[in-house]
Amino acid sequence: MGILEVKNVNKRFGGLQALGDVNLSVEEGSVHAIIGPNGAGKSTLLNCLIGKLIPDTGSVMFDGQSVLGRKPYEINQMGISRVFQTPEIFGDLTVLENMMIPIFAKRDGAFRMHAIESTERESGIIEQAEQMLESLNMADQRHNHSASMSRGNKRRLEIGMCLAQNPRLLLLDEPTAGMARADTNNTIDLLKQISDDRDITIAIIEHDMHVVFSLANRITVLAQGTPLVEDTPDKIKGHPKVREAYLGESA
Amino acid sequence: MLGLNKKDLKLLLIVAVLAILAPFILNPFPEDSAMAQFNAGYPDLMQRFVIFGIFAIGFNILFGLTGYLSFGHAAFLGVGSYAAIWMMKLLTMNVIPAIMLSVLFAGLFSLIVGWISLRRSGIYFAILTLAFAQMSYSLAYSVLTPITGGETGLQPKVTDPRILDGTLPQGETARANIFGLEMNSSYDLIVGGWLFTFNVGYYIAAIAMLASFYVAIRIFRSPFGTMLRAVKSNQTRMYYTGLNAKPYTLAAFVISGMYAGLAGGLLVAMDTQAGAERMFWTASGEVVLMTILGGAGTLIGPVLGAGLIKYMENILSKINKDILHQWFAFLPDGLEDFIITIVYPFIGKGWHLTLGLIFMGVVIFLPGGLVEGGQRIARLFRGKKAKESDSDKSTQSTPAE
Repeated sequence: MGILEVKNVNKRFGGLQALGDVNLSVEEGSVHAIIGPNGAGKSTLLNCLIGKLIPDTGSVMFDGQSVLGRKPYEINQMGISRVFQTPEIFGDLTVLENMMIPIFAKRDGAFRMHAIESTERESGIIEQAEQMLESLNMADQRHNHSASMSRGNKRRLEIGMCLAQNPRLLLLDEPTAGMARADTNNTIDLLKQISDDRDITIAIIEHDMHVVFSLANRITVLAQGTPLVEDTPDKIKGHPKVREAYLGESA
Repeated sequence: MLGLNKKDLKLLLIVAVLAILAPFILNPFPEDSAMAQFNAGYPDLMQRFVIFGIFAIGFNILFGLTGYLSFGHAAFLGVGSYAAIWMMKLLTMNVIPAIMLSVLFAGLFSLIVGWISLRRSGIYFAILTLAFAQMSYSLAYSVLTPITGGETGLQPKVTDPRILDGTLPQGETARANIFGLEMNSSYDLIVGGWLFTFNVGYYIAAIAMLASFYVAIRIFRSPFGTMLRAVKSNQTRMYYTGLNAKPYTLAAFVISGMYAGLAGGLLVAMDTQAGAERMFWTASGEVVLMTILGGAGTLIGPVLGAGLIKYMENILSKINKDILHQWFAFLPDGLEDFIITIVYPFIGKGWHLTLGLIFMGVVIFLPGGLVEGGQRIARLFRGKKAKESDSDKSTQSTPAE
């Protein structure tokens, strides 16, 4: 049993079968990549995992509990954190405040009316946030507005905000899309370091093969809404079916 | 002290000192001078300054922090006013229970309106709140006449029960008071040509404003306040960080509704009458103007905006053609008439035109409102000072403070 179990998931948009009988098992502690050509259903699958879409049939179980029909914040409170294709951070807030919010959410739950306390005096939360920023090498930027940072740093902050909650599963949606090569490599290094240092499972949806093969130890290839093969990176590289899906039949 | 850091405490103390000394500060000109018409230190206007300050402070907790633009906050002010006047009719003319009930009723009403309106955001939210407010206004005017008094509005009457006060002595009218001290009683201090009025009602309202301001600072600086700013900044990230944005926004909506109720209750405490026009959409628009003019999302901005608008409404609108003729009497006749023709549309009934121009100027050049203007001026001075002290180091001359 993996930590995330997707069974017989189907999703249809009008005449388009976006997902057809998807079965997927993400092992605890692994870095599992889901790849596939454009329109393969990667984003639809991801949206089914985080509560944005509800599949027509099938089940999605996280740690033995169904995630279907739950709100995004409930799924997060179960221990799944998500990183977006374009970094979603609190642009109007400082870097330190950005980092404090997920820690508050972890401590206080989805809603708490803590209007009497002073943020400045939440020394425990501030300390945790500063430690996290320290480990991301961003401590010197803590009073900057997060919107003014580079794309790479925004991504770094977003990943850090997810990690600050100690999630059991980290979902990444094309984490290096639209990034310069140097930023991409920094992000790969950061994710490598995270999977080495922490007891965490990472599921990653990616286009960039360089990223996939530097990080993943398990790969699922999705084509036309169905998983084609699932194997280790070495075996996927030479797999004829994968070549076919990516390059067309003539290849 | 008071759970505030040094900077916020300083701001609160400055506001407190200004509020206490307002009768002096707002009356800088001697009574019989030509400038006396610019004096704003009479009780009625001073009360309006602080009461609409409260209204704007509360509105800013919703609009400034969460970014949700409500176009119907005057409805809560109106509900607060009606609640207060009913308390005065049924229980006592003491303003304390009246004000408490207005806060409670406005809070309950805003809970219902907010719960429904917050299903949408952006323009749809604004339209929903506007619809609710206009609906309340129309109902108060028509169907609800037994409760609201319809067109005539409500005033305390001699025949009202007033359980706690007992029957009034013959020929007395019911007057709002706080434990016997009447709200409209004043003490006049005459110094030379100056007249300073210290009014009980004003100081009650000022205390309420300071308390409201203090609570607003605490909310701004609390984790709850941080969450409200997170709502404005990125709701997607909020939901995927395990936070439910909806109750946060609703809480902000209800808090700002209660502030509006407090303002409505205080209006009744100062002047014991309530009418439906208080809920009209222009009243809702006015508090939006106040907040944006002063600086949405800043602590002191809404109070400044409320002050500026109320000052213009009451002072600028009183200037008429005769006064202009007095001012420009020194000019040759033709020129005098010419200048008066140009200035006239901007004063008196045309004060809205001036307000509109100021508003446009602020929105275009100072998106942060009057507060940003103040900050820029302060920076200019500081920048100049720093430069001067750099260049004048050899001569050791200190620039004038």
